[in-house]
Amino acid sequence: MLEVRGLTKSYGALRASDGIDFDVRQGETHAVIGPNGAGKTTFISQLAGDLRPDAGRIVFAGEDVTELRAPRRARKGLARSFQITSVYHEFSALDNVALAVQARLGHSFRFWRDARRDAALREPARRLLDEVGLGARSEVLAASMSHGEHRQLEVAMALALEPRLLLLDEPMAGMGAEESQRMIGFLGTLKARYSIVLVEHDMDAVFRLADRVSVLVYGRVIATGAPEAIRANAEVRAAYLGEES
Amino acid sequence: MTRGALFWIVVAIVLAALPPLAGALGQPFYIDLVRRMMILAIAATSLNLILGYGGMVSFGHAAYLGLGAYAVGILGFYGVTSGWAQWPVAIGACALVAAAIGAVSIRTSGIYFIMITLAFTQMLYYLGISLEVYGGDDGMRLKSRSTFSGLIDLGNAVSFYYVCLALMLAAIYLTYRIVNSRFGMVLRAARSNEARSRAIGFSPYRYRLTAFVIAGAMCGLAGALYANHTNYITPGLASWVQSGDLMFMVILGGMASTAGPLLGAFALLIAEEILKGWTEHWQVILGPLLVLSVIFFKRGLAGIFRA
Repeated sequence: MLEVRGLTKSYGALRASDGIDFDVRQGETHAVIGPNGAGKTTFISQLAGDLRPDAGRIVFAGEDVTELRAPRRARKGLARSFQITSVYHEFSALDNVALAVQARLGHSFRFWRDARRDAALREPARRLLDEVGLGARSEVLAASMSHGEHRQLEVAMALALEPRLLLLDEPMAGMGAEESQRMIGFLGTLKARYSIVLVEHDMDAVFRLADRVSVLVYGRVIATGAPEAIRANAEVRAAYLGEES
Repeated sequence: MTRGALFWIVVAIVLAALPPLAGALGQPFYIDLVRRMMILAIAATSLNLILGYGGMVSFGHAAYLGLGAYAVGILGFYGVTSGWAQWPVAIGACALVAAAIGAVSIRTSGIYFIMITLAFTQMLYYLGISLEVYGGDDGMRLKSRSTFSGLIDLGNAVSFYYVCLALMLAAIYLTYRIVNSRFGMVLRAARSNEARSRAIGFSPYRYRLTAFVIAGAMCGLAGALYANHTNYITPGLASWVQSGDLMFMVILGGMASTAGPLLGAFALLIAEEILKGWTEHWQVILGPLLVLSVIFFKRGLAGIFRA
């Protein structure tokens, strides 16, 4: 599904990604964990095409996408959600998701028909809002939604793209305990349908959702394996898990 | 009926009733004045498409006003007075120039975009000044107004007024349709959150450039009307002062609103007219008034009417 080889990205002397090898199998949820500043967001941004790597290759579904920019990758089925909420604040929740549906339906050089009365956009968007649990909030402006609702909205927008691979950048960031539990439950239902790269801080979520875990420290993958193996790995404990307790 | 629809019906009735009223009151001057307002409202409407909805702060929109006017003037100079030829040429030339300027400018953003659009327009302004054959700095009188195979006589102040009214309402309606279409949603979304737009697969550049070209073409029509209105073309039409006026109309009226440009154009020109009657230093009063209006009407005049 996704194959990353030797991915390198530097900011001055800082190597944010240092020769990362990484892959995602069909249908797998592969989590990326690591301490703050390990380069997780830099990594996912390169996967999404928002950042250009200095070196290395990214192959998605058998095609080298290293040179493709974010919009092209999105149209090929790589959908990302952002760590810091990124929605259209001045639009309603339904508009937000309808825009994502519109993006999937190809070009938007249509100048006359009212997009807000276009059932081809609104119906799928409504279904997705129901699915993520925002059905009753569809007409609310995104600007006046809570943080947790923004996270749900982000996921709905990513799903609207009917992606082949979901890139989720800390979907639980900033959520309360209860909201997190609900989100974990929801991501659990997505797991069966999508291949997922999950960058997450919440260890509980990672160990419940991930089929495999990679540990990123100072831009390098120091371990990859099944959740239990990672939990037991001494190097990982020293670098990361130890800091948690 | 919605408030918006009611607003537009009232606007159309009032503007349609003005010529007979002005005639009855023996004040034909008002026909001229409002005609000028409507022409500039078209220009402001076109700017609103890119500035208000597209988030592209073009400080050079007067370029298309000047270019549209010169297209009419230059064709007239060589004996082509038919509006059927002049106006499409004005619109087409503006679309082409907007495509060229936009293709370069839209790659930049923020202050660079403002400066580069200004720079291009200044180039056209100085080009106008350097064209001695068309009057250079002084500009040039039109030999005749655009003709329409005898169907419409723009020499008749009232018919010309209704032509402007019809075209203004058409321009506003067209813009309204565009900004609510799929295309318009993409344009507005890219202004709202570009990173998000790119992440869901939109390349904002193409949509912005298209909007830029549409806005240029529409402003070219306003330029062709303006040349006929003043019967005179001058490089001053493409000056940065004129660009600033257009921007101000949009901001004062309310960015990204349907009625904003019209309200802004009318309010600015009415204020100008009233103050001119009081003192020749009217700009000293108008300036602070504009500053206050921006501070107190954050959503512009359209925010008051909610139209």
